[in-house]
Amino acid sequence: MKSANDAGPPRAAPVLSMRGVTKRYATGTLANEAVDFEVRAGEIHALLGENGAGKSTLMHILYGLVAPDSGEIAIDGHPVTIADPADAIARGVGMVHQHFMLVPVLTVAENVVLGRELVGPAQVLDRAEAARRVRALSERLGFALAPEVRTEQLSVGQQQRVEILKSVYRGARILVLDEPTAVLTPQETREIFTVLRRLADEGAAIVFISHKLEEVLELADRITVIRRGKVVGEREPRETTADELAELMVGREVSLRVDRGRSRPAEVRLAVRGLRVAGDRGHEAVRSVDLDVRAGEIIGIAGVAGNGQEHLVECVVGLRAAASGTIHIDGRDVTKGSIRQRRDRGLAYVPADRQRAGLVLAFSVRDNLALTTYEDAPLAHGVGRLLRDRPVIDASARRLIERFDVRTSSPSVETGTLSGGNQQKVVVAREFRADLRLLVLDQPTRGLDVGSIEFIHRQVLAQRDAGTAILLVSAELDEILQLADRVAVMYRGSIVATLAAAEASRDRVGRLMATGAAA
Amino acid sequence: MPGLLPIVLALATPLALGALCGVVNERSGVVNIGIEGIMLLAAFFGYLAGFALHDAIGSAAALAAGVAVAVITGMLAGAVHAWLAISVRADQIIAGTMVNIAAFGITGYLNRLVISPSGRGGAGVIPPFHAPEQVASLPFVGPIASMFLDQGPIAMSVLVIVALLQFALFRTRWGLRTRAVGEHPRAADTAGIDVLRLRFLNVVAGCGLAGLAGAFLTLESTGSFQNGMTGGRGFIALAAMIFGRWTPIGAFGGALLFGAATALGVIVNVRPPLGELGDLMRSVPSFWYAALPYLATIVILAGVVGRATPPAADGIAYVKERRAPASSRP
Amino acid sequence: MIFARRLLGAWRVGAVPALSIVLALALAAVVIVLSSAFTTSGLDVLLPVRAYSSLLAGAFASETAIANTLVAAAPLVLGGLSVALAFKAGLFNIGVAGQFLAGAFAAAVTGASLAASPAPVAVAASLAAGGLAGGAVGFIPGYLKARTGAHEVVTTIMLNNAAALLLTWAVTDLVRAPGFTFPRTGDIGNALLPVIAGRNLHLGVVVALLAVPAIAFLLDRTTIGFEIRSVGANPVAARYAGMRPVLVTALTMTLSGVLGGLAGAIQMLGVIGFYAPGITASVGFDSIAVALVGRSDPVGVIFAALLFGAFRAGAPLMQIETSVPVEVIDIIQALVILLLAADVIVRRLFRIRRARGGLGEPATVTRSWSSPEVATVAAEPR
Repeated sequence: MKSANDAGPPRAAPVLSMRGVTKRYATGTLANEAVDFEVRAGEIHALLGENGAGKSTLMHILYGLVAPDSGEIAIDGHPVTIADPADAIARGVGMVHQHFMLVPVLTVAENVVLGRELVGPAQVLDRAEAARRVRALSERLGFALAPEVRTEQLSVGQQQRVEILKSVYRGARILVLDEPTAVLTPQETREIFTVLRRLADEGAAIVFISHKLEEVLELADRITVIRRGKVVGEREPRETTADELAELMVGREVSLRVDRGRSRPAEVRLAVRGLRVAGDRGHEAVRSVDLDVRAGEIIGIAGVAGNGQEHLVECVVGLRAAASGTIHIDGRDVTKGSIRQRRDRGLAYVPADRQRAGLVLAFSVRDNLALTTYEDAPLAHGVGRLLRDRPVIDASARRLIERFDVRTSSPSVETGTLSGGNQQKVVVAREFRADLRLLVLDQPTRGLDVGSIEFIHRQVLAQRDAGTAILLVSAELDEILQLADRVAVMYRGSIVATLAAAEASRDRVGRLMATGAAA
Repeated sequence: MPGLLPIVLALATPLALGALCGVVNERSGVVNIGIEGIMLLAAFFGYLAGFALHDAIGSAAALAAGVAVAVITGMLAGAVHAWLAISVRADQIIAGTMVNIAAFGITGYLNRLVISPSGRGGAGVIPPFHAPEQVASLPFVGPIASMFLDQGPIAMSVLVIVALLQFALFRTRWGLRTRAVGEHPRAADTAGIDVLRLRFLNVVAGCGLAGLAGAFLTLESTGSFQNGMTGGRGFIALAAMIFGRWTPIGAFGGALLFGAATALGVIVNVRPPLGELGDLMRSVPSFWYAALPYLATIVILAGVVGRATPPAADGIAYVKERRAPASSRP
Repeated sequence: MIFARRLLGAWRVGAVPALSIVLALALAAVVIVLSSAFTTSGLDVLLPVRAYSSLLAGAFASETAIANTLVAAAPLVLGGLSVALAFKAGLFNIGVAGQFLAGAFAAAVTGASLAASPAPVAVAASLAAGGLAGGAVGFIPGYLKARTGAHEVVTTIMLNNAAALLLTWAVTDLVRAPGFTFPRTGDIGNALLPVIAGRNLHLGVVVALLAVPAIAFLLDRTTIGFEIRSVGANPVAARYAGMRPVLVTALTMTLSGVLGGLAGAIQMLGVIGFYAPGITASVGFDSIAVALVGRSDPVGVIFAALLFGAFRAGAPLMQIETSVPVEVIDIIQALVILLLAADVIVRRLFRIRRARGGLGEPATVTRSWSSPEVATVAAEPR
């Protein structure tokens, strides 16, 4: 694919240039500081940086979603003001957001034309013409998309194509993609790369936001690295290495691999047999899964988002009922047990979305640290443990804050005001409790900075070495490969393979994730 | 039971118009529980206009003016709710409750101050049409036709409004944008649609329909105003909307159902059915018939709501400039 | 120093409600002036001054007036607590009116049947009956919300309407006392709440005041209160933590109903004396205003209830002396709620910063008609 680079169109003046862009959020976070950034027609320009570095903010400014405090934007050399997305679209800017901007109940064609509808008299939609144009465009880009299908019925990869279609339909010459590969299999990733290269060859300017080094090196013509809101370097792939980019991105030398040590698996703590779980729309989300997790080992569940991992986890922790099959913890059948009963058996759970499911943001750190243990002695006492012992609750909170290095001025601070990393540490501090036997982790480091990720990974390994059985689900294949002692791959609701860490290569797991088969 | 079907449609009319108001509001993502109060305000001010004008310009013109005033009142009250819900981003349930209490207070206050002391009546009622005898006497078709033809102009117009709205919501640009804004406002925003403006317009326009419902109560149905005369119709309308799964036709069906439930009490009084069933029906105290629509609302809400999916962004205020998604947080 | 800081804290929390009331009174004065143009006396700019001074006189000018204010405030304290408690669990209880009627009815019937029993027994049993009846009426929307997702705002209002009709039927056909020209329940005799001061300051005022620390203790010091607050602030997180939102929702609405029922019971046993058709329950909507003005805080509820109690106690005198309709109180109430819901107005006008943490506003009540978490609750293993 790199060969396309050499035969590419001649280097022209930048089609987009951003100068001195600064944005400070109301909370005081300086997201962008005097950022200069430019893109030429026909090039794929990667914007590289870790989570929270300010990449998305910069592009949201370009798309009119965030107003900058200062700075200039020029398109084709002319200064422009972009007040809202309508302005951006009119200037030829298109954006594929990390969280897709598709209305699930509308069809592909409706989503594509939304905002630029084809209408007849009295504003009546011309649906036939819309379908015709969308189909033609889809064929030109090599997508097999049916215009009349509702987008909620499409796979993630297909939805992404609808997003690209939307931008091209609106005449985008500058196409921004925010972490487009985060939800794709390695195979789908390769396909999207081909599409992007074709668009660039046709003369589009492509901005590719990512924090994955390998991808950026493979795809980009130029790479701009951004750290803590500032541009810290610009490189071409041929003149740099992954190590150099990583150092630019993080600001210090990082070890790209965690030392996992050896696991010493003991008795089976979690035994799942023939588990079937129904999804929200009545389909079978989990199909006859068998799974053992032993004390002292980490089982990683790999899979493209939406292949049943979420339902499996929710069923194991008791949030969802099993259609059939059994779940045993320490040999006891808990299939019909409540969440509380499972927690009493030593289960703990770090949910995927800490703000929605893990924390009560309006509560103090102290109360969040007691959210699952509020009924247990010594936090509660009296008849039926009805009374809360406030001094004890406070002392326990102070101990956990100390041990898990939660950065907060006092236990009374409102949890919503903490940074994402510290919020996740509150969840981890609460769930990694002393009598832990089985730990279920769902996306434990999503959206965190490198420091917090390292800290949490170390804590997870320490729990394993202390003899806890750990079930890890993550959309980051790298996280699974780094932590897991065994990797189980889920595909369309089934576990299609379980590999020991040594045999779980990126390629092999990727192929299983994409096709459900090894070859 | 010929002759009773027109009663059902008449009872269903304010419910249907209120439910359509709810559909237009909620399809664009704004919950409006102030429909009850908006109807009451419109009923009062429409009546007041007729009351004030009928000596000067005659009954027919005063009634027409009253209907116009009622619709405008509904839109103005809707603008207050829209401002609170969309611009200020106040809690929408509390905003709606405010509208209801304000409506109760304002109409009660002015009724005691202006209308009651005068001892006069209003401008009367809009005279209903009648189905031609040839049509009404047809088998099967006759009763159905007279259900729609033995009505005043507002009740008659309901059918047209339902059909128009159903078409507009699913076949026009306005409808597509409205649905997008109610389901995924951010997606609509990134497609260049002014979410707040469209929501505002829809709430105001929808409340015009609630205003028409108010006009029906005082100017087409009863010809008088009593404090709190809406009697919970605004809330029953919401249940009809949910029952109809946020579609105009479905909401109309729900309104007919509730209209029929209300009509049951009337039927037993006006034309007691014969036979054992008739005896049984007459033995039920009239209070139970009166309570039936309310109880039916609860039952239907409990039975349907879990299985009906509201627009995804219903009741959630849209904030334009957000802190960018979680990934760009420190 | 500490005192000064406390004072500042109280101001941060209480400033917006206090200023909202002032602003609402000012806006209502404009309404009074404008509407006076439609009366025979013609436009009267000073009418609000006279109206408000009559209102004040009716509420505070004599011992009797003050007692009237306290008596009017007592059911509002209970009703306000009822709405505030539901707010804490993320629920909007508009059903105080129905719970009030049920409580009043049950207290009246029980009181009439125990009219000859010893006073402590009759009073205690009648109060308990009122609370239980209110609790039963509160349980229905709570259970339906928890199990099916039916929004409590619609179900409670429908129950208000249905309760009024069915209780009218009950007093007409089931428990009508003989010897009266209209349907009503019998005399309550010994179940009458004893007067503790003046001519009419009855024991119900004490009952209402005792409920305040009880609810504060429940919310702050007990595990059930912690569950209620957690479910109210984030039902998903509460469920993930192993709490039972279904149970908490049903329980909270039941407790709310008990408070609403007690409001009806003390009003019945202390003021009204018998149940008859057409008993109105302005306490229903007043309670919402009380809870909002009191910021859903039990102590705040006392102040707010006193304020609206004074309005209700003084309004009749205002109407007699100045012909300003008592409904102006409803208008003032709506304006207060408007200004609190849109507190940006008051904050901008008076340049007040938002209070951090502490006594927050009620959590957002609008979670649409059926929330996804309810759907998953239904799928939870039992």
